Amino acid sequence: MVKMYLNNIVIDPERMERLTTIAKSSLLPLLKGALYNTIPLTLLSFAFGLLLAVLTALARISGVKLFEVVARVYVSAIRGTPLLVQLFIIFYGLPNLGVTIDPFPAAVIGFSLNVGAYASEIIRAAILSVPKGQWEAAYSLGMNYVQALKRIVFPQAARVSVPPLSNTFISLVKDTSLASLILVAEMFRKAQEIASTNYEFLLLYTEAALIYWVICFVLSIVQDRIEKRLNRYIAR
Amino acid sequence: MMISVNGLYKQFGAIEVLKGIDMTVEKGKVVVIIGPSGSGKTTLLRCLNVLEKPTKGKIKIGEKKLDFDNPVGQKDIHAFRRLTGMVFQNYQLFPHMTAIENVMEGPITVKKEDKASARQKAMLLLEKVGLADKANHYPFELSGGQQQRVGIARALAMEPEVMLFDEPTSALDPELVGEVLKVMKDLANEGMTMIVVTHEMRFAKEAADEIIFMDQGMIVERGTPQQLFTQPKEERTKQFLQLIQ
Repeated sequence: MVKMYLNNIVIDPERMERLTTIAKSSLLPLLKGALYNTIPLTLLSFAFGLLLAVLTALARISGVKLFEVVARVYVSAIRGTPLLVQLFIIFYGLPNLGVTIDPFPAAVIGFSLNVGAYASEIIRAAILSVPKGQWEAAYSLGMNYVQALKRIVFPQAARVSVPPLSNTFISLVKDTSLASLILVAEMFRKAQEIASTNYEFLLLYTEAALIYWVICFVLSIVQDRIEKRLNRYIAR
Repeated sequence: MMISVNGLYKQFGAIEVLKGIDMTVEKGKVVVIIGPSGSGKTTLLRCLNVLEKPTKGKIKIGEKKLDFDNPVGQKDIHAFRRLTGMVFQNYQLFPHMTAIENVMEGPITVKKEDKASARQKAMLLLEKVGLADKANHYPFELSGGQQQRVGIARALAMEPEVMLFDEPTSALDPELVGEVLKVMKDLANEGMTMIVVTHEMRFAKEAADEIIFMDQGMIVERGTPQQLFTQPKEERTKQFLQLIQ
């Protein structure tokens, strides 16, 4: 078996040329998939997800029972079910209720809900990591809750939450490949489409993997920069 | 009368920390509150700017009055807090802002002052506490004494009627206590109304117009430093003074 397989990838010049041609010609469609779908899907979902996460975190620590329960149930439901199943419910399930959503918005909804739940725990912990005395100092200047949150607590919570939020963000980039299964023409779906015409699965999927890697690598550089900036007021 | 407190009670769960406080402070006076730990002196101070919400009683500062026998709205509390400036034991400077940004923060966010004039005033306040040269330093770059002086400038920036000091020198290394006390004495000499919770008996003797001795949630005795330190009337006051001297 192994031998047969190895025979298959013995590289003769003709095959090499075919692979190079396919790799070159598929690069543009893959990059387009990334640029028009993977990246916008990631950015939109992260932005909405973050907003949802902040609201959920604030609900969790609000001290208002109803808000707390709603937030808890939401986080539990999202974390307790597979992302793929959530996407299927939104895209293939909701039409049974007469709610039909296009692939791209359906994916944005699914990923936003997902990021919202996971990131809410990060943000909750980050807010709680800011000492109570900081709230009191803000209040003693006459600030109200929103002012204290915006001016004093969030900036400090941001510093703590950047590393774990970067994790969430990078996971999200890769998770968007699941959107291929609800017909979003993102990068991985493009790779599947091209591979199904020329049967060069290894080549196409590796090419897609490399592009994901490059995107994530760039993101981790951005993360470093943000961390350095936010750490400027911390004793080293 | 600048401040008057009537029948103030504060309960944490089943524990009654303040058991009916009545006190008045005249404008421009410096009142020092002393007492053993757990006597309720810090709680009393924190009730005056409603960081702790009293269980019942009335507080009046200047013309504004809060009556805790009835429900009190958040808006009234926020407005009331602007009458007082608070200096904390652990400074509680905002670590993500430079010294001058700390001082500007209240005027900009709460009073909606424009940045340029807030910066100008903040600089004057930093000069006043002797830290003009540290304006652009972050708190972590300052010593404890410097941080506390920025804390005082930050509170002054809101132009409060009364300054509240909660053990302002307790967290400081001994050699840094003097510089903070000096700033406080200067303030007292300028006629600022001050209520100070402290263990610095020398400051109490030199700067206070009146000493209040608290124990077990009540005011046991009050008088001039002269009266209280040399001829205390109450047995508990005597015991406490013996312990600390």
